[in-house]
Amino acid sequence: MQNEECRMQNAKSGEWQVMRIALKQHSVLPGFGVSLGYTMTYLSLVVLVPLAALFARSASAGWGRFWAAICDPRVVASYRLTFGAALLAALINAVFGLIIAWSLVRYRFPGRRILDALVDLPFALPTAVSGIALTAIYAQGGWLGRWLEPLGIKVAFTPLGVLVALTFIGLPFVVRTVQPALEDLEKEMEEAAASLGAGRWQTLRRVILPALFPALLTGFSLALARAIGEYGSVIFIAGNMPMKSEITSLLIITKLEQYDYAGAAAIAVVMLLASFGLLFGVNALQWWVNRRQRVGA
Amino acid sequence: MSIEVRHLSKTFGRFAALCDVSLHIPDGELVALLGPSGSGKTTLLRLIAGLEAPDATDGAAVLFHDENVAGRPVRERRVGFVFQHYALFRHMTVFENVAFGLRVKPRSERPSRAEIRERVLTLLRLVQLDGMAQRYPSQLSGGQRQRVALARALAVEPRVLLLDEPFGALDAKVRQELRQWLRRLHDELHVTSVFVTHDQEEALEVADRVVVMNEGRVVQVGTPEEVFHHPADEFVMEFLGSVNVFHGRVEAGKAILGPLTLDYARGVGAKSAPARAFVRPHELEVDDHANGRPCFAAVVQHVNAAGPRVKLTLTADAGESLQAEVSLERYREMRLSPGMVVYVSPRDLRLFVDGEQKVVG
Repeated sequence: MQNEECRMQNAKSGEWQVMRIALKQHSVLPGFGVSLGYTMTYLSLVVLVPLAALFARSASAGWGRFWAAICDPRVVASYRLTFGAALLAALINAVFGLIIAWSLVRYRFPGRRILDALVDLPFALPTAVSGIALTAIYAQGGWLGRWLEPLGIKVAFTPLGVLVALTFIGLPFVVRTVQPALEDLEKEMEEAAASLGAGRWQTLRRVILPALFPALLTGFSLALARAIGEYGSVIFIAGNMPMKSEITSLLIITKLEQYDYAGAAAIAVVMLLASFGLLFGVNALQWWVNRRQRVGA
Repeated sequence: MSIEVRHLSKTFGRFAALCDVSLHIPDGELVALLGPSGSGKTTLLRLIAGLEAPDATDGAAVLFHDENVAGRPVRERRVGFVFQHYALFRHMTVFENVAFGLRVKPRSERPSRAEIRERVLTLLRLVQLDGMAQRYPSQLSGGQRQRVALARALAVEPRVLLLDEPFGALDAKVRQELRQWLRRLHDELHVTSVFVTHDQEEALEVADRVVVMNEGRVVQVGTPEEVFHHPADEFVMEFLGSVNVFHGRVEAGKAILGPLTLDYARGVGAKSAPARAFVRPHELEVDDHANGRPCFAAVVQHVNAAGPRVKLTLTADAGESLQAEVSLERYREMRLSPGMVVYVSPRDLRLFVDGEQKVVG
């Protein structure tokens, strides 16, 4: 009713009023306008403008060159490695991160806190440091490489090395998202399942895992996003052999070094769209799961 | 299916939650385990269910109809357990929650899909939740969730039904409705049921038999009437409803309780001993003049006339505070108001000497 009055008084300010009411939930805290304005400006400056520039840059080269840049066999091979290894690494992390989170939450053992702190190490370590460390360990004659070599397994300077590095840096994401969900999981739910005749395995599969699934999915998507964008730790261990162990980020750098800005931008756009698509897919899945499983009080 | 527990003890670290408890629950009864928090009632229930293992003491046993199940894990005991906070599977619909116990049965015993569906829908009708089958627990109210939990527990046709503070998380009105409903449900199904509560009103209203517990022991077992009117000891007396306590002594055939002196029939000539007398608010006679019986004067402090009986707070000469109840008619007749002096005499009282109840006459 108030809206109508406003509209009658002054069409322009009336419309403004309607919009404000639609956007703003009444709050005791002042500053809706300021904080929304700040958010918009900040997001534009930090995220949207650079992305727009990226598109503009890649478009400047023209369609033919753009297409050639992104379809180069060497580039295509790098997509396959980057996204394939990232997906695989995120899946590995989802499985083993879950197991680590489970042991950290469910069991009390000496050294648990130290182990808990260790999980964050891949977060904290500069990526170059982890890259060098992993390379040193897995290279021929390295601590682990020495034992893997006779078995015919080469890790350093192969795609497998990329996978190892991506798994390493993605681990904390899964552990840290699953951990709180696991802590919140009521013990009573498991007891209820047991009293209804379910065995341990059935309880795990039908009760615990579905309840953890949203958290696991979040952890998975974070690990995936991180792995797709990872550069520092990978380039040391990958060996960067064209068509074999080159990741896409490295190709972008290479193009930049050759002053091929348009080519770099073109590949970057593909990366951007692909990651966006992947994350969008994961988010949609998450939304669907959460809608089914709203956490009730 | 009758339940019998023998010599059960349970310690958590250094805390003895249950000390050598033995109890028999006859087939088909609805029994309340009543006690303050920390009295061991939930522990006893969980031991019966098998969610907790008793201390390995001699003769410790849990029997369902003469079959010792003490060594069996909870999933083999076929008990229905209902938790205070429902413990519903929140990622499953109401239907799937109720069907869970049937779906996890080994293939040879599992009913067909149609049978499961039939059974679940029948149960949902029983708990008056038909039409809610496709909802998720988060879309239900507390009372509805607890009914789903009950249907889920009943789905596996449990030998006994165990409920841990089933109405504890609900608000007063829903609580009241649900406990009467539980009573009716039990009368229909006749499955031996044990429920834990710290609410004496709930226990006295719903149960066939009340087991009063304190500090890890069973203090008294009896019908609601028995435990209310013939409490075994001072704890039961104080725990079941509000009560006035008079401190005094017994001496040469008399009980001297502050301003009151009463004849004390038994044990005439016994030596002087400290005593405590308990009088419930409705057992105090309040009058506006001394009426010849042993009585004492008190001042009305507060009047609460909201309810079928008027609740009075009185202060006796000695300064102790008393609770009394009078009918609405008496209240109007005497025109009671704060500051008025009234004469109080106990119509009935229970005297405990050295923790043992004595008869006053």
